[in-house]
Amino acid sequence: MNVMEDIKQTVKAYILKEFLPGENPAELLDSTPLITGGILDSIATLKLVTFIEEKYGFTLQAHEVDVEHLNTISDISKLIQSKV
Amino acid sequence: MPTPKALHQFLDHAAGTHPDHVAVEEPNKGKISYRNLAALSDRLRDRLYYLGVRPGDRVGIYLSKSIDAVAAIFGILKAGAAYVPVDPTAPVSRNAYILNNCSVRVAIMESRFEASFRAEIDLIGVMPSLLLLEGTGGGSPLQAALRREAESADTPGTEAKVGSLDDLAYILYTSGSTGRPKGVMLTHQNALSFVDWCSEVFEPHDRDRFSSHAPLHFDLSILDIFVSLKHGATLVLISANIGKEPSLLAPLISERRISIWYSSPSILGLLAEYGNLDRYDYSSLRMVLFAGEVFPVKHLRSFQSFLSKPRYFNLYGPTETNVCTYYEIPVPIPEERTEPFPIGKACSHLRTKVVNEEGKELLAGREGELCVCGPAVMKGYWNLPEQSDRAFLVDRHGERWYKTGDVVTEGPDGNYSYLGRRDRMVKKRGYRIELGEIEVALYRHPAVKEAAVIALSDSEGVRIRAFLSCRGDLRPSLIEIKRFCAENLPLYMVPDNFCFQGLLPRTSTDKIDYQRLKEIS
Repeated sequence: MNVMEDIKQTVKAYILKEFLPGENPAELLDSTPLITGGILDSIATLKLVTFIEEKYGFTLQAHEVDVEHLNTISDISKLIQSKV
Repeated sequence: MPTPKALHQFLDHAAGTHPDHVAVEEPNKGKISYRNLAALSDRLRDRLYYLGVRPGDRVGIYLSKSIDAVAAIFGILKAGAAYVPVDPTAPVSRNAYILNNCSVRVAIMESRFEASFRAEIDLIGVMPSLLLLEGTGGGSPLQAALRREAESADTPGTEAKVGSLDDLAYILYTSGSTGRPKGVMLTHQNALSFVDWCSEVFEPHDRDRFSSHAPLHFDLSILDIFVSLKHGATLVLISANIGKEPSLLAPLISERRISIWYSSPSILGLLAEYGNLDRYDYSSLRMVLFAGEVFPVKHLRSFQSFLSKPRYFNLYGPTETNVCTYYEIPVPIPEERTEPFPIGKACSHLRTKVVNEEGKELLAGREGELCVCGPAVMKGYWNLPEQSDRAFLVDRHGERWYKTGDVVTEGPDGNYSYLGRRDRMVKKRGYRIELGEIEVALYRHPAVKEAAVIALSDSEGVRIRAFLSCRGDLRPSLIEIKRFCAENLPLYMVPDNFCFQGLLPRTSTDKIDYQRLKEIS
């Protein structure tokens, strides 16, 4: 599995476990809107950011914690890949 | 200053005494002096007059919080009209409903909303005139819009209107139990009496720097805007994005030397947890005011452990009265304290009492509904005479007491403690939510047969849970139903979790059994 795919799977698994318990994993696509789609509220977003920072060992810049960078698994994974 | 008769006189007075002082700062976007804010709002007043706005009209504000939006508020008030702010992050259909409901003459709007707004209004009513801004930030988009329009029309030089104290100043729409938001009508007198009370208790001065956290459609913004401008102080606008992001907010409050803070408690709790507060200097901060929901003592204590210098006030009051009781929190909080602090005693401009189901006043120590009387109490709900009548208790002297719906008890020290709601309204992160409005939205989903929404609270705050039963095997995925909610409700109203059931439990009278739903949660 390549690095990008690995990141996507990690993020997806975390989102399913924390914010969508019981959801069929096949329903959560790389392009599913998370923030504008009502899945991540502001507190959930903070939890996700903390998870990413701890898991990958870097700090997200303040301006990166927004809907532009975090709205889909695809966006999130691109952001992580640019850092690791 | 002489006793003002209208809210916008605060601005014009400060423009005379503090012309070059910064009135409003918008981090990374700009700032504006009292002189320039007064001038910009004058020009907007003239433009609104040209567009047909007359005293007694309503004008919508469909803008992100910005210097442009603050100037819009004053321009509208100076035209003698009431401003109606809507949440630019809420679904356009909801905002179109609001602006149509109170038939605004003009809507001041960011052009990015125009197309979808027109489409929504076409379905329900008459299009108001639009004053379109190419964006917001620092006041220049409003200036540009006024310049652009001035080319095509002569601007009459009008005067700022000072009508009666009883004229409407603004209408704030809150969640409505029938599925539609309802407009709380507030007059100049309502706001002036509240602002004067704030002056008395918080003693603001022109060196104060207020942070504005609340959105403009939220009644906390009344304190931010009008108290700071009354005293020639500086208002620092905190954008919605920064306001909920502790790692951005914590340094901003320090760098901007904020001295008076007013927000809902949830962001204070998040700051203590995620804000790295020990890294920054908060020596300018002298007042921390919070309102909108219960502040868990655990989080409040944790916040105070970083900031022990300011005075802390718990403010309480519904939009219908603005703040009506207050309580000063001790610093530090005694170790043995675990239960939430009281909401306190009545503010000096209001009177309060606790009544039973029959409206009879109760003695201290008994549980009952808190009622409020005095000059800050709203006129009523826009175009809802029956709901307005039901909101008040009229005593034998003919005085109107607003029934808050909040159940309280008065302690031996005269402080009220909040116990809960009489109805189905909850506060989540400071937002007022009618659970019924969420249910109405859920019923619009084609697969939903039954919907029931309950609120659960623990030490982390309030969580909203929706129970659904679906038609046949049409059960939507969790993701789909969340997205549907996000398209039909403001994001803070999207339930935190969903529970699908074959059939919802019913009482013997065939009503949805909410008690049972709470038990199984």
